[in-house]
Amino acid sequence: MNGLRYRFAEQRGMLLALAIFVLMFALYVANHPAGFTPNVVQTAANKGVLLALVAVAQTFVVLTAGIDLSVGMIFILANCLASYLLVGTPIGVALGVGGVLLTGLACGALNGLLVIYGRLQPIVITIATGAVFFGIALWIRPYPGSAAGFSSDLADALTGKVFGIIPASLLFLVVLVLVVWVPFRRSVIGRAVYAVGSSEPAAYMSGVPVMRAKFTAYMLSGLFAAMGGLFMTFFTYSGEASLANGNTYTLSSIAAVVLGGVSLFGGRGSAIGAIFGALAFRAIGDLLFVFDFDPLWQPLFQGVVLLLAVSLGAARLFQVRNRLDLFS
Amino acid sequence: MTTDKLNTNPAPRPNWTSRIDLPVATAFGCIILLLLIGSLYSPNFLSPEYLLQQLKVGAFLGVIATGMMLVILLGQIDLSVPWAVTLGAMMASAATAYGPMGEVLAIPFGVLCGVLMGLVNGIGVAYLRIPSMIVTLAVNAVAQGLMVAYTGGFAPVDSASPAMRYLAAGTILGIPNAVIVWAITGILAVFLLGRTTFGRAIYGIGNKEAAAYLSGVPTQRVVMIAFALCGGLAAFGGVLLVGYAGKAAQSMGDAYLLPAIAAVVLGGTSILGGRGNYLGTIAGVILITLLQSILSVMQIAEFGRQIIYGGVIIVMLLLYGREKSGR
Repeated sequence: MNGLRYRFAEQRGMLLALAIFVLMFALYVANHPAGFTPNVVQTAANKGVLLALVAVAQTFVVLTAGIDLSVGMIFILANCLASYLLVGTPIGVALGVGGVLLTGLACGALNGLLVIYGRLQPIVITIATGAVFFGIALWIRPYPGSAAGFSSDLADALTGKVFGIIPASLLFLVVLVLVVWVPFRRSVIGRAVYAVGSSEPAAYMSGVPVMRAKFTAYMLSGLFAAMGGLFMTFFTYSGEASLANGNTYTLSSIAAVVLGGVSLFGGRGSAIGAIFGALAFRAIGDLLFVFDFDPLWQPLFQGVVLLLAVSLGAARLFQVRNRLDLFS
Repeated sequence: MTTDKLNTNPAPRPNWTSRIDLPVATAFGCIILLLLIGSLYSPNFLSPEYLLQQLKVGAFLGVIATGMMLVILLGQIDLSVPWAVTLGAMMASAATAYGPMGEVLAIPFGVLCGVLMGLVNGIGVAYLRIPSMIVTLAVNAVAQGLMVAYTGGFAPVDSASPAMRYLAAGTILGIPNAVIVWAITGILAVFLLGRTTFGRAIYGIGNKEAAAYLSGVPTQRVVMIAFALCGGLAAFGGVLLVGYAGKAAQSMGDAYLLPAIAAVVLGGTSILGGRGNYLGTIAGVILITLLQSILSVMQIAEFGRQIIYGGVIIVMLLLYGREKSGR
């Protein structure tokens, strides 16, 4: 396989998600009563970035062949915490943002420690830690709301528009990808994450820092989930400890990751693919609004699209030459 | 030939200590511990009425966890349980509205809907080879969509049939019927897992599907049927719940996904598949039910319940859910 074809095969999932997103978004703006205006794009971007951040969080863990069912709860916890901490002067707000991000890192670190040193299966342990995170969120924010001196300057800046055209949230996401994802992908630890996801024993035998790779992945996952929660606060100016919301974000993040071509078996895919997966998933969800369908049909429509999208994964059956390959 | 040789040299009969499963023993130990802690708080915790009441509440989770266990033994997972439960509940109560014939067929109809849903899961996992976590997630979303569209997003007006109420809330000789239903389900599950080729095939597939296939097991069919059974049992749990509560409600199944997985795993069944027995799942179900009950009796606020609930599961998993060190 020559270089170009190999690179194409690596990016196929991402390109598919990009194509779905472009198609769905084109349909969306073409039928939107307001048309392709900065405001429509801004709203869509803000909603999309929210899910995209959580999907990136999920990506880090899925790349190591794990799964994080607590991302939605870290998201909720960060949302509730931010509704208290983003108060007062710009310095106070900056400290608050730092506090929220540190909390996310701590949550991710707890997951990582339990998976690595506890030798527990991530799917089970993150359910349990998710319950704990949600409990803490409910503790600090029993009723939806925000602190008295809530400062909305940063929130407005990051959910507004730059130069009156470009959505700031989208710009923020691009900067995050350039500052965090690209260096990560090229670093030793990033390669180690991919190696661990492909085959942990092989990675270990090759001297890859397995534990450090996994730990970093879970920490980054917590960090990005917290950033998602922060954005939720920017968006709504308040915090809410909603179990349903947390579960929805967890499940949507898995859907977005799969749509974006990240393999749940680990070692394949990228955060950029997951971002397009998240944007595509959101665009599909919004599509029904512009077509004047009964909103009651939205969950069914979204479900069917999701089912069709994941069924595309069955295409790999055509490549199977030996029946035994099915079971690998 | 070789079998004769093996038979002449029988393995020594294992003594009784080695036959006790460590996780199951630990789980039962934790149950006793919980009861003791509870009885320090209030002597009622050791009364037969309270214990029967707990078994009755646990029966719904027990039926649902039975199906989940079949799937987890395969090394798969079923995330569509929430809406399979709700689907069973809503369809059974909807059938009740169609006259006497509907009332008779309500329970089978509800369960059948769950089986069909599980069948879709099973086809996706077994034949299309899509990871179970994704298929069941998508099927869950579709079932939710169907039910939301059907009910208009409100709680349905139909209520449970007398038969459903009798199954879930009646008693025979002082024993709640729900407990009897769970016991029958459990006996059938033990028989299925231990005494039939289907059951042995489930363990085989959970250990290594390729090996099971090469040994002549129709692995794809077994996986599909196991998922169908899981869907049917979840829907049956929903039917019982609606009999208990009187009416179905949106998202009534949400509270059962994580406890079902937790109960199976706390009972010593490996989430990777192939290992575990039903006694452990019973222990897990009782453990989860008792834990929830004690936390609510102690009037701990919801946030505290969540934190303690998660914390206890983490600690118990650390006690005996750990994998062997791989190196």
